[in-house]
Amino acid sequence: MKPPPFEYYAPTTLDEALALMAEHGYDAKALAGGQSLIPMMNFRLAQPEILVDLNNIADLSYIRPSDDGGVLIGAMTRHKTVGHSPLIAERAPLLHETMPNIATEQIRNRGTFGGSLAHADPSAELVAVSVALDARLRICSQEGERWVPAKEFFVSLFTTILEPEELVVEIAVPPMPERSGWSLKEVARRPHDFALTGVVAVLTLDDENHCQQVKLVYLSAGDGPVEGIQAAASLQGQPLTAENIQAAAEIAASEDVDPSSDIHATAEYRRHLAKVLTRQTLEEAYERAISNTQ
Amino acid sequence: MSDLCNVTVTVNGNRYERDVEPRLLLSDFLRHELGLLGTHVGCEHGVCGACTVLFDGEPVRSCLMFAVQAQGHEITTVEGLGTMEALHPLQEAFWEAHALQCGFCTPGFLTTLVPFLEEHPDPDDDEIREAISGNLCRCTGYQHIVDAVKLAAEKMRA
Repeated sequence: MKPPPFEYYAPTTLDEALALMAEHGYDAKALAGGQSLIPMMNFRLAQPEILVDLNNIADLSYIRPSDDGGVLIGAMTRHKTVGHSPLIAERAPLLHETMPNIATEQIRNRGTFGGSLAHADPSAELVAVSVALDARLRICSQEGERWVPAKEFFVSLFTTILEPEELVVEIAVPPMPERSGWSLKEVARRPHDFALTGVVAVLTLDDENHCQQVKLVYLSAGDGPVEGIQAAASLQGQPLTAENIQAAAEIAASEDVDPSSDIHATAEYRRHLAKVLTRQTLEEAYERAISNTQ
Repeated sequence: MSDLCNVTVTVNGNRYERDVEPRLLLSDFLRHELGLLGTHVGCEHGVCGACTVLFDGEPVRSCLMFAVQAQGHEITTVEGLGTMEALHPLQEAFWEAHALQCGFCTPGFLTTLVPFLEEHPDPDDDEIREAISGNLCRCTGYQHIVDAVKLAAEKMRA
């Protein structure tokens, strides 16, 4: 339960950090909040030869309004800061509501937004929420920068498109369209533990209060954030009646999610949870969308 | 062995300077380098909460940080909450309300709850249970801990 030896660097600027990543590439790991990487090192599941600690780069921790009405979040912004930000509460209410669900207070005091995304744990709330909100990630290397939609960032279990020399530096969260509602629900064995299954729903209504667009994203339901594509398609243009919602929930559970069995729950139980939680999140998202149209 | 790093840190108001391996966990630094054995090491993967300390005033898991990351920061461990002669009101309340049996988890509960009580002078049961959701206790069943937090809140309001 002790990490293996490594070389430690604590750059104070992004340029220094990118130079270290460029130099050490495959041997280096970036250390953000460390709330996933350090336990993995304690278990020796991760054995990086070099750690580049990003915690002293003050410029990577901020929450700013963006011109489109959304927010820009520095990658090293801690969960606690996001959770307590009035700007997030106003401009990204789903994110605001998500934060208290993430792990425990002690973890939220250290864990970071960018770190959670780069770790790409399919049971992480921020992974699913960033896809549901169409967030985009700004990724830098010494060669330059690129913007990547969250949906394209996640590849598989703990795997992203990040190249070894790249760092996530910023996340842009756009505003939700008008006439939208949202919901996040999850079931865990203990409060704040990893979710057995969770669902994020973002729903936008048309002028007749029918479903113009809905995004359903599942956590702990596959190798990455799993989109409920079939379920969403079944609701397109439809009224959000109890029958339609129930039918979508059944499609999601049988066709969209691909959970596995482990010591905590069977795949069958996780499918059941996906069905129930899809219904509940759609109902709540619809109620909120209706109240946002008035 | 990798090169040693110099780290200077303030713990319970005292300044310490040591040369340590980068891989040394903050929890082991406190216990083995500084001899502050009040910080307990339970799971070493961020689940049990026994190693909780205050890092610049906020509860964090000291098993999920490296000692070198504490460079220039202030840490409070359970030893810094009160003295043998004058316990912190929360420590008194834990004693009086039987909020500990074996005591292994207690330092983590105390360091988690001191800042909580500062922000929540009159917490209800739900708030208290939420606050301690990152700390495991295998003896008490938590009820006496909840009682102790309420008693401490009363003492601190008086």
